[in-house]
Amino acid sequence: MGAIGAGLAVIGAGIGIGLIGGRAMEAIARQPEATSKIQTNMIIAAALVEGAALFAVVVGLIAVNTGAA
Amino acid sequence: MIVNKPIKVVLQIILMALPLFGMAIDPSKEGEQEGEKDFNPAELAMEHVLDAHEWHLADYNGHSYSIPLPVILWDNGLKVFMSSEFEHGHEVVEKGGEHYYIHHEKIYKTDASGTLNMDEEGHPTNEMPLDFSITKNVVSMLISVLLLLLIFIAAARSYKKSQVPKGIAAFMEPIIVFVRDDIAKNNIGEKHYKKFLPYLLTVFFFIWINNLFGLLPIPPGGGANVTGNIAVTMVLAVFTFILTTVYGNKDYWKHIFWMPGVPVAVKPLLAVVEFLGIFTKPFALMIRLFANITAGHIIILSLISLIFIFETEWASIAAIPFVLFMSCIELLVALLQAYIFTLLSALFIGLAVQEHAHGHEQH
Repeated sequence: MGAIGAGLAVIGAGIGIGLIGGRAMEAIARQPEATSKIQTNMIIAAALVEGAALFAVVVGLIAVNTGAA
Repeated sequence: MIVNKPIKVVLQIILMALPLFGMAIDPSKEGEQEGEKDFNPAELAMEHVLDAHEWHLADYNGHSYSIPLPVILWDNGLKVFMSSEFEHGHEVVEKGGEHYYIHHEKIYKTDASGTLNMDEEGHPTNEMPLDFSITKNVVSMLISVLLLLLIFIAAARSYKKSQVPKGIAAFMEPIIVFVRDDIAKNNIGEKHYKKFLPYLLTVFFFIWINNLFGLLPIPPGGGANVTGNIAVTMVLAVFTFILTTVYGNKDYWKHIFWMPGVPVAVKPLLAVVEFLGIFTKPFALMIRLFANITAGHIIILSLISLIFIFETEWASIAAIPFVLFMSCIELLVALLQAYIFTLLSALFIGLAVQEHAHGHEQH
C-alpha cells in the first residue's frame, strides 16, 4: 500500500514539474533575454514541488518498513 | 587529428564520470550455486543508507572487511570500546559488569548470554544505554569538516597577500559572492544580512560537500550517507528554526499571532495556522533534503542491483548508462538541494528580521 501511495505521489510531481517546465519554455520563447532568470526560478520551483512529492515518498517508505514489517 | 576544445571537454566529462560506476559494494555474487546467500537489493540499499558502528569496506570470500569504530556508551558511567568487540553482531560485550549486544546497529543491555526480548513485531524491548559512539556518519562528517576547514582557511589566508584572489580563493570567491548577493542580501536585506552570512555559507557548503561525499563509494569521503540521515537534516533545520525564533522581531511575532489587515473574526484562526507554520517550515526543510538525497541513493543502488538480480554481465549494458545518467542528476541535486536549503533558510530569517515601513494595513 505504501508503494502505491508513493507511486501516486510521483504522478503529482510529474504533472507539477511538467507544467513548470512548459510555462518556463513559453516564457523563454516570448523573451529570450530573460532566459537565465527564468531558468533559475524554474529550478527553484521544481525543487519545491519535488520536495512535496518526496514527503509522500518518505511516508511510503515508513509505511513499507513499519506497517508491513 | 586536431582535438578541439569541445571534444576535450566531452572526453574529460566521460573520464570523470567513470568513477561513478563504483557504487556496487557486493562482489560476492559471482557464484550462482545453491546455498549462496540470495542477493537482496533492499538489504543492500538499507545497509548503505543507514548508519553503522563500523565502516564496512567490502565482502570477500564470505568474510567482511570493515574498519571498527569506537563505541561510547553512557550507562551509569562512561564506557568506551572498539566495535570490533561486537564481532559483527555475534558477540556479547561485557564492560563494567554490564553486557551489551548489538542488533541492527542498535546497542542493547542484555544478560550474559545476550538474550533480546522481542515484542510482536520483532523489535527488542531491552533497555538501551545512551549511545554517543563515533559511528560511520560521525567520521564522515568529521572528514567533511576537515575538508571545509582546509579549503576555507587556505582561501581566507590568500586574501592577506592580495585583494585579488589566487588559487583556491579564486575558485571559491564567485560561489561565496553568489551566496552573499543572491541568497543573503536579496532575502535578508542590506541591514541584517552580515549577521547571518556565516551561518548561510556554512550550511551551504556543508550540505553540498556531504551530498557529494554521499555519492562516492569508498572511504575516506565516501561510503557514508550523512545528509541522507534524518537526524542530521533535523539538526540543520533546528538551527534555522532557532535563528528565526531568536531573531524574530516584534513585527514578526505580531504577524503570526495577530495578523494586521485581516478581519478580527479571522485573526484567531489565522493565529493557529501561522503558529503551526512556524514548525512546518523547518520540518519541510528537513524532509526535503533527507528525501531527495536518500531517494537518489536508493535509485542508483537499485539500478546497479539490476545487474546482480539478472545475474548476467549483459544487464550492465542497460544498467550502467542509466546509472551514469542518474548519477549526473544526483550531482545536480547535490548542489540544488544545498542551494534550496540555504535559500529557504535565508528567506525564513529574512521574514523574521524584516522591518516594515509603518502604515501597511493594506497587505
